[in-house]
Amino acid sequence: MNSRLREEILTGFKTLWLHKLRSFLTILGVVFGVGSVVAMLAIGAGASQQTLEQIERLGSRNILIRSVKLEAAGKADTRVRFPIYGLKYADAERFKGAFSGIEQVVAMKILEKRARLGGNHMDLRLVGTTANWFDVVEQPLLAGRLFTAEDERMQRKVCVLTRYTASKLLANQATLGQLIRIDSQLFEVVGIVDSADTVAGGTSMQTPDQVMDAYVPLSTARASYGDIHVKYSAGNRERSLIELHQIILQLVEPALVRSAARSIATTLERFHDQKDYAIDVPLELLQQTERTKRTFSIVLGSIAGISLIVGGIGIMNIMLASVTERTQEIGIRRAIGATKGMIIRQFLIEAVLLTVTGGLLGVAFGVGVPSVVEHFTDMPTQISLLSVVFSLIISILVGLAFGLYPAWKAAHLDPIRALRR
Amino acid sequence: MSRPVVELQAVSKQYSVGDQWVQALCEVSYSFYAGSFCAIQGQSGSGKSTLLHLLGCLDRPTSGRYLLNGQDVSQMDDHQLSAVRLSQIGFIFQSFHLIPQLTVRQNIQLPLTYLGWSSEQAEARAQELGALVDLASRMDHRPLQLSGGQQQRVAIARALANDPELILADEPTGNLDSATGKQVMDVLLQLNQAGKTILMVTHTPEIAAQASSAIHMLDGVIDRESP
Repeated sequence: MNSRLREEILTGFKTLWLHKLRSFLTILGVVFGVGSVVAMLAIGAGASQQTLEQIERLGSRNILIRSVKLEAAGKADTRVRFPIYGLKYADAERFKGAFSGIEQVVAMKILEKRARLGGNHMDLRLVGTTANWFDVVEQPLLAGRLFTAEDERMQRKVCVLTRYTASKLLANQATLGQLIRIDSQLFEVVGIVDSADTVAGGTSMQTPDQVMDAYVPLSTARASYGDIHVKYSAGNRERSLIELHQIILQLVEPALVRSAARSIATTLERFHDQKDYAIDVPLELLQQTERTKRTFSIVLGSIAGISLIVGGIGIMNIMLASVTERTQEIGIRRAIGATKGMIIRQFLIEAVLLTVTGGLLGVAFGVGVPSVVEHFTDMPTQISLLSVVFSLIISILVGLAFGLYPAWKAAHLDPIRALRR
Repeated sequence: MSRPVVELQAVSKQYSVGDQWVQALCEVSYSFYAGSFCAIQGQSGSGKSTLLHLLGCLDRPTSGRYLLNGQDVSQMDDHQLSAVRLSQIGFIFQSFHLIPQLTVRQNIQLPLTYLGWSSEQAEARAQELGALVDLASRMDHRPLQLSGGQQQRVAIARALANDPELILADEPTGNLDSATGKQVMDVLLQLNQAGKTILMVTHTPEIAAQASSAIHMLDGVIDRESP
């Protein structure tokens, strides 16, 4: 039986090879259909992989709360000369131990400051935070030490730089223990951590750490700079009072994130008159991305479906033409004793050979395009074996589905009339 | 005489052309015996082609019975008739009817493929038959690379592949010149001597004269037979 199938496949190939150009043109529809599916899936998978990595960096166990400036804030209130908004020290205290499952509470003050060391100077993002920052945001320590709870309690003027900041400020004197001047205050550099990767934003959230960061104890930052922030813009001096810019909550496990986020929202609502904060849940973003990915797959799937139907119609068309052309051959085979089933089998094999060849060429095309894309752009791509196997199975099914009618037609020709042609 | 290979009992065949009914065969009763070589003659429209199609199990009679080797094939369905053609009948056609994209060997093997022979067995048998019709050196040629006489000999080899008792020939020399036609007739006569029953439709009296018997058809009935 197997040798017979092999024989039939060989004969099928020979028959199709007689019309090389026609066969090739016929399968182009399938080639491009399958090819574009494989290519698009590879490019899509690459892009979403990038986004997922970024969200992963935000931490799936984390909840990020940040202060939000209200447009109308303070204007109606004439007693204060500047707006007061955002998260309070009290908020951070409240979260500690307020809910079971909260493992870490990291409070952050974020200040735009100018730093100077000798002749070097730069604008950096000064992050006043608690010592557990380094537990939550994973930054490998490159040199020196991190600051500790002790430093925080003593309000020591110590700072940890990122590699980027360090390389800018300590350009020629890569030693720890230097004193750098940030605004009017002097800080001792005690450690250097690796900088965050700057991945172009596919998400609406920023990673907690950034490239040009310097980290100091929260208590030190508060003592040194106070809570009133002055922003100079277009000749105006805009002042505002913000105690904390961000709070990161880390939970014991991702499963708790959703319910914790809800109770945090309720708590904050109770203590804040206005909604001068925003809660970001990376896990939700992750799920949203998954949903987007699914939608993307459905859209791609439909395009693939349509192009394969078009390809299939092409196959059907040429098989019908072939049946008409080979009427006499069918008559001869029937006269010799081929049953209808044998004729159907023969034409189905030819149709499937066409679509499978198309599918294979399409996979080659679909694997080739992403590597070219990857070579010429930064877009990462990811070819999944599943999409390749799936495309091939689909092309077999297309061959069977669209080959069936021509094969049926061939088998049901009247042998006498077919012979007479 | 020997046993009948073909027994026709009051066989009729009608078919419609447009809105007209044509009576192609009218209650034909006749028997062909094993080892006979019979020429079927008659003008176009006399019903001889219809008779040949019925004999070849390509068609079923409208009424009457057709016994092939004692088996009633007149009520068989398409699938059963295919099996009968495959195992008991060999066809030879006027215009050879070889499959152009297959080689001589593959054409001869075709019935064996359908019978489910292994390719080694089928190849050996094809080689044997090729030698029988004197084409052993042309086995890998395509039909269109051969002369008409050679093509008809390939067709004969194919008709013999399943070793049928009954061979039906439809004007086997009709497309050949007299010299090659004679070669083909010689092969058929040889086969007949070897015991095959051959029924041959022909227009040409000289060809018909080489058969051992003949029937003549007119308007759907056998009006003469000889001897």
